[in-house]
Amino acid sequence: MENSDVTKQLREMIPFAVSRGHCRLLGIAFHDAGSNWTELSLPYRAELAGDAETGIMASGPIFALMDMAAGMSIFAARKAYSPHVTLDLRVDYPRPASPHKTIYGRAECYRLTKKVAFVRGTAHDGDSDRPVAHIAGTFMLVTPS
Amino acid sequence: MSVTGRPYGVLMGFTQARGDDGRLMLVMAFDENKTGRPGYLHGGAIAGLLESAGFAGLADAIGENPAPRLKPINATVTYMRAGRECTTYARAMIERLGRSVANIEVTAWQDDPARPIAMAQMNILIDRQRDEDVTPKASDD
Repeated sequence: MENSDVTKQLREMIPFAVSRGHCRLLGIAFHDAGSNWTELSLPYRAELAGDAETGIMASGPIFALMDMAAGMSIFAARKAYSPHVTLDLRVDYPRPASPHKTIYGRAECYRLTKKVAFVRGTAHDGDSDRPVAHIAGTFMLVTPS
Repeated sequence: MSVTGRPYGVLMGFTQARGDDGRLMLVMAFDENKTGRPGYLHGGAIAGLLESAGFAGLADAIGENPAPRLKPINATVTYMRAGRECTTYARAMIERLGRSVANIEVTAWQDDPARPIAMAQMNILIDRQRDEDVTPKASDD
């Protein structure tokens, strides 16, 4: 846990950002943040299942969780709430998420250039050694850093 | 069961339609539940529509009953234009349909199919063993 001014602000800003729109629909919540990373959570709900029979969560909510975590990690890395847009995001699903378990998605902005941010991350449902998603994404910075 | 009848599809309010070419489309009406930054669709909602359209298009192309279980391997979404506050459509092109895997390209658009807002490249595992007596493997989580 870090205590720079920006992570302190992120701790206030992210809960607000996820309290509306699509994040609110899915139930995405703030979990933690650091100098160039953020971690969000996605509590399990039967409405998010891709298959009622198995109860396994659809991939859409996990994609949204990671897109959001990735975007927030760029704010952390830039130390500023300057806008960016997703260029592309790849999500690998190494195993299905277990029904009834909260998913935690953590993304890290590992490289910032003048116009592009590079992000990687993982999601797990309780054991970070057994990820349910791996991501790699790039974002265009609307106002160059 | 179709994608639109599954819990996530119901939550998102996806509906199905057929284009003039007979291809299946998924339709996502706009509402506040799909928004990201004010005035625009959330990238996750667009990705959810694209992935669901990929599954729906693949199930339609396979056309087997009982349908095999489809499992996502990965999806790469490229965002080309901002999604505005209006209805979004998505349809899948099955690039290759193999016995155990399919390669799919999905396109999402709003007013004009020739001006997509996002595209997805997906690989989906086709699991035909769901109704057979299969001994779980150690690697099968």
